[in-house]
Amino acid sequence: MAWKVKEEPAPGGAAPDVTPQGEHAPTGAQNIFELQAVSVRYSGNLAVKEVGFGVPTNRITALIGASGCGKSTLLRCLNRMNDLIPGARVEGTITYKGQDLYSPRVDPVQVRKRIGMVFQKPNPFPKSIFDNVAFGPRVLGMKEDINLLVENALRRASLWDEVKDRLKDSALGMSGGQQQRLCIARAIATEPDVILMDEPCSALDPISTARIEDLMNELKDRYTIVIVTHNMQQAARVSDKTAYFSVEVGDNDRRYGRLIEYDDTERIFTNPSDQRTEDYVTGKVG
Amino acid sequence: MKQLTAMLSAPKTAAPPAVFARQRPRYAEKLIEASLLAAALLTILTTLGIVYALFRETISFLGEVPLTDFLFGTEWHPLFNPPAYGVLPLVTGTLAVTGIALIVAVPLGVGSAIYLSEYASKRTRKTIKPILETLAGVPTVVFGFFALTLVTPFLRDIGINVDVFNGLSGGLVVGILVVPTIASIAEDALSAVPSGLREASYGLGATKYQTSTKVIVPAALSGIVAGVVLGASRAVGETMVVLLAAGQRPNLTFDMREPVETMTAFIAATGKGDIPTGSIDYKTIFAVGALLFVMTFVLNMLSNFIVGRFREEYE
Ligand SMILES: Nc1ncnc2c1ncn2[C@@H]1O[C@H](COP(=O)(O)OP(=O)(O)OP(=O)(O)O)[C@@H](O)[C@H]1O
Ligand SMILES: [Mg+2]
Repeated sequence: MAWKVKEEPAPGGAAPDVTPQGEHAPTGAQNIFELQAVSVRYSGNLAVKEVGFGVPTNRITALIGASGCGKSTLLRCLNRMNDLIPGARVEGTITYKGQDLYSPRVDPVQVRKRIGMVFQKPNPFPKSIFDNVAFGPRVLGMKEDINLLVENALRRASLWDEVKDRLKDSALGMSGGQQQRLCIARAIATEPDVILMDEPCSALDPISTARIEDLMNELKDRYTIVIVTHNMQQAARVSDKTAYFSVEVGDNDRRYGRLIEYDDTERIFTNPSDQRTEDYVTGKVG
Repeated sequence: MKQLTAMLSAPKTAAPPAVFARQRPRYAEKLIEASLLAAALLTILTTLGIVYALFRETISFLGEVPLTDFLFGTEWHPLFNPPAYGVLPLVTGTLAVTGIALIVAVPLGVGSAIYLSEYASKRTRKTIKPILETLAGVPTVVFGFFALTLVTPFLRDIGINVDVFNGLSGGLVVGILVVPTIASIAEDALSAVPSGLREASYGLGATKYQTSTKVIVPAALSGIVAGVVLGASRAVGETMVVLLAAGQRPNLTFDMREPVETMTAFIAATGKGDIPTGSIDYKTIFAVGALLFVMTFVLNMLSNFIVGRFREEYE
């Protein structure tokens, strides 16, 4: 089963150059995802049109853009969460480590084992803190010692010290920031390759946000992270690459999202090549 | 910014602006409120009246028959000479029929709820749910004849040697009757589980089956149990089916191939006969009714209590 293989990124390997939009792939990083002409429709209505870019391995890639431009939609394509929405259709190709993610032979359940997700609203299960983190490993039938797995995940999510004496307590008794870090711990407990984060800090205070940003920086050397955020400073602070999307208005007033610019974060925020990007990141629009 | 500081430093005690002042009294609204209150009060008063009548006769009954004889006596033939007022055979009949009903209704009801909420497409759900709810609207006398004329012969065909009137076919059919109650409440509970939990589970690589059994059902468990308890309370109170199919022999047995009499069947059968008002026979009906009332009341309270707990679970 192809999806069981967990490879290390080939150091110094050349990035396959299939990314449009004038991308400058950082040296030493291979692209884990390649998107080509990806369009998404909900019950026939176009939501995202012909998006193409590459997500580098072990880097943080930020998706930014105004509300409704399809950031969440695109993010959910990357672990086939959109399969769960009746009427959602994905066109174009998305490859993950060179394999077509939407090939009929691919089992979406296997995909989600390798590509974890953290949601906008913290969504711990109404179970104990321990059982929340242990859920993934148990479901996947991981053979390692479960206590160890849980402890490691909680440590990496820098939550261990706060909860080590109350592992049996319900996760719902935690603060929002703790819950979100628990959700991150839950996602990394299954040892995925990629973590997709959809506005993970939007419900959190600045201190919890800072902790999660630190956490992302620490997680970066083991995981590829793709994050959707409305917070420009956050995108600038944490990400290596940034993709800017905007809403276009097509025929019949139909609105859909398009990729405007994709580049190193630094360039996007200091010297973007598209005027629309500049207007957005400097706060002139949106 | 300046505005914000101005807002923050504004005195909190300032009088409300004149635009919010009431302009004229709203009589129509008052009238509607009063009539709605009257409707609610009437319902409550009626219920209280019924309870009062029930317990007045019951207390008078207990003046003639000691409570322990009534509750723990094993013989029930109030119309014979000498009469015996031990309600136990009716209680066991009721419980056995309810038990059989639940054995049928819990897997079917909970199973269809899980199917509808987690597996069925929107279209299937839209088709099946109304059908299920129609089942709840079929007059129970129809179910009674169904039990007597179809289920009992069928049981004999497959080699279960039942009497013409028997607790088994009554119980099975009461079970079918109760499925919609359980399915509908359980389905509500399952669909009320926040979709975030589903996504979290799928996002971790869980299958649909794992998500249903390990996340959704546990999260909805108290709601499901509440549905089962309410279903049990319906089964305990069900009358027509058992009256027609289970027979009227007060029978202290758990062998459901034999005829049994339930509390409801006794009340219905005796109540329709010509019994002089105020006689001891007349009072037995109320005594059994009061006991039945207490039983279903406790079950309903239990169900409410569980539903109340359920609400707290993922707020
Ligand atoms: N489940 C769905 N069914 C139908 N249409 C959807 C669904 N989810 C999203 N859409 C539509 O797709 C478009 C993009 O939505 P999406 O949620 O991806 O935007 P977004 O960029 O994440 O916005 P936000 O910043 O507000 O989260 C919107 O027009 C939205 O109405
Ligand atoms: Mg979104």
